[in-house]
Amino acid sequence: MSATASQAGTNPVLRTSALSKDFNGFLAVSDVDLSVAPGTVHALVGPNGAGKTTLFNLLTGFLKPSSGTITIEGRDVTGMRPEQIAQRGVARSFQIASLFEELTLAEHVELALQGRDGTGYRFWRSDKRLRRYAAEADGLLDQVGLGDMSGVPAGSLAYGQKRALELALALALSPKLLLLDEPTAGMGVEDVARTIELIKRVRADRTVVLVEHNMQVVGDLADQVTVLQFGKVLAEGDYEQVRNDPDVITAYLGEAVA
Amino acid sequence: MILTRLVKATSGWSPVLRIGMLVVGLALALGLPWMMYPPIALDIVAWGLFAVALDLLLGYTGMLSFGHAAFWGSSAYATGIIAKQVGLPFYFAVLGGALVVAALALPIAMLCVRRSGIYFAMVTLAFAQMIYFIANQWRAVTGGENGLQGVPRRFFGVDLTDSFYFYYAALPLLLLGLLGAWRVVHSPFGRVMVAIRENQARARALGYPVDRYKVQVFVLSAFLAGVAGGVYAVSHGFASLQEVYWTTSGKVVVMNILGGMGTLWGPVLGAAIIVQLEDYLATAGIDATNLVTGVIFVVTVLLFRRGIWGTVRYLVRSRTATRHDSAADEEDAEAESRPAPARQG
Repeated sequence: MSATASQAGTNPVLRTSALSKDFNGFLAVSDVDLSVAPGTVHALVGPNGAGKTTLFNLLTGFLKPSSGTITIEGRDVTGMRPEQIAQRGVARSFQIASLFEELTLAEHVELALQGRDGTGYRFWRSDKRLRRYAAEADGLLDQVGLGDMSGVPAGSLAYGQKRALELALALALSPKLLLLDEPTAGMGVEDVARTIELIKRVRADRTVVLVEHNMQVVGDLADQVTVLQFGKVLAEGDYEQVRNDPDVITAYLGEAVA
Repeated sequence: MILTRLVKATSGWSPVLRIGMLVVGLALALGLPWMMYPPIALDIVAWGLFAVALDLLLGYTGMLSFGHAAFWGSSAYATGIIAKQVGLPFYFAVLGGALVVAALALPIAMLCVRRSGIYFAMVTLAFAQMIYFIANQWRAVTGGENGLQGVPRRFFGVDLTDSFYFYYAALPLLLLGLLGAWRVVHSPFGRVMVAIRENQARARALGYPVDRYKVQVFVLSAFLAGVAGGVYAVSHGFASLQEVYWTTSGKVVVMNILGGMGTLWGPVLGAAIIVQLEDYLATAGIDATNLVTGVIFVVTVLLFRRGIWGTVRYLVRSRTATRHDSAADEEDAEAESRPAPARQG
């Protein structure tokens, strides 16, 4: 079976059609058609203000689209609340680390694991029961390189460490679809390398969509790249195609001198 | 490494201290009517539970309800009515009052949790004012401005006219309420409450239906406020409009801030101070209760935002932390006979 045939035979995990977001006349996302095939890493790139994060917020229910639809595994999720989308196996990380400042790293991951298992309503039980997640939580923290810091409150982490914790939280939900908003921003070279390795490992049984500025990361990871500009899709294809696209070069470097 | 040690040292009170405090707390609860006028002792514990009930919302979930008098007061009326109509021990009346209030809180909560911050506070205040209006107008049931008089203290045929004995009859109910609040705070559910306080969006992204959790905390809080208000009404023998008035909502917020929000026991301390102070001022004939409470509020907010309990806990924790930290430094120095590594964080 050829590659095209197999792609045609599988339904996209995530699909948007004519998705738009209008902020009082400013079209942050405009008519975006996106199709993410299962098992792939799909990168969203584009200059600042291109609408990447707005698109992420639409996909995860944090913003309601002005028009258009979003389907996840063939089901229409347009207008659903963030927690409903999360419960459908979609986990996200936030561009600006979004954590529970006073809770420790272990407590963060435990909260995520507890959310996955749906045991959060048990107000008559002791929170000591959460210790059964301890091993799993430590394992996840190890994976992102925070293994020795499980007792530290998140508020005292450095920027790059917060990004790593974001990743651990997203992974704790065992998502089918992982949405990462600039997972390597603010990380040192070593941490970037480790994060790339981690994403390569976790992509084995899930689909990943990532917003990324670091082109090296995109080239290393992405099967498919979508370039956004002014809220619209400017180009789409694999990394090489996109990189050589004249429109993309213009968008990034300005008008080329002929 | 130092950071890990520091956290280990500060991760909570030591077990000895914890048990010690529990014993002292219980002894205080049992000895209170020996130390003061028994009805005041009961007021302290009742207001204490009321303040703790609010702390579940305010301190743990980060929702400022400025209308909690609605639940305390409605239960005072409902408990009073049940106690007068039904010849059962007052425990049942209090439970009935609290359940009525929980049922009342559910629709209010569902409407309020859509807002947050100051808007949430305003909506809760608006609902409380509606309840006040109803209590004032519905004279046939509430007695209007005269209040609901003659609430009996029935208790398995035991004579409880003496407030000293009534205190001990009512104490288990209030302690059970406090125990319930403690259980909730230290449960998987309690973790989610704190998560919502710290970062709602993140809690949502982890799949927690935040609004549903908020409704549950709200109803739970109203129920506990109802238990407190019911006992208060039986203790005083009447329910008055004061119980549903907005200043009552304000007073319980001040108790929380003074004692320390999100510390569970701090609000009990805050209640003890405010109740005693009011009693002292009233006995001394000084008509400046609101002024004094207001000054206390301002001073607390300006000088020690953590409240009394929160400040003490902070000081104790940072002291133990420094002690452990310096001990760790010495170990490092001995083991490595090198200058201690630069401290981080």
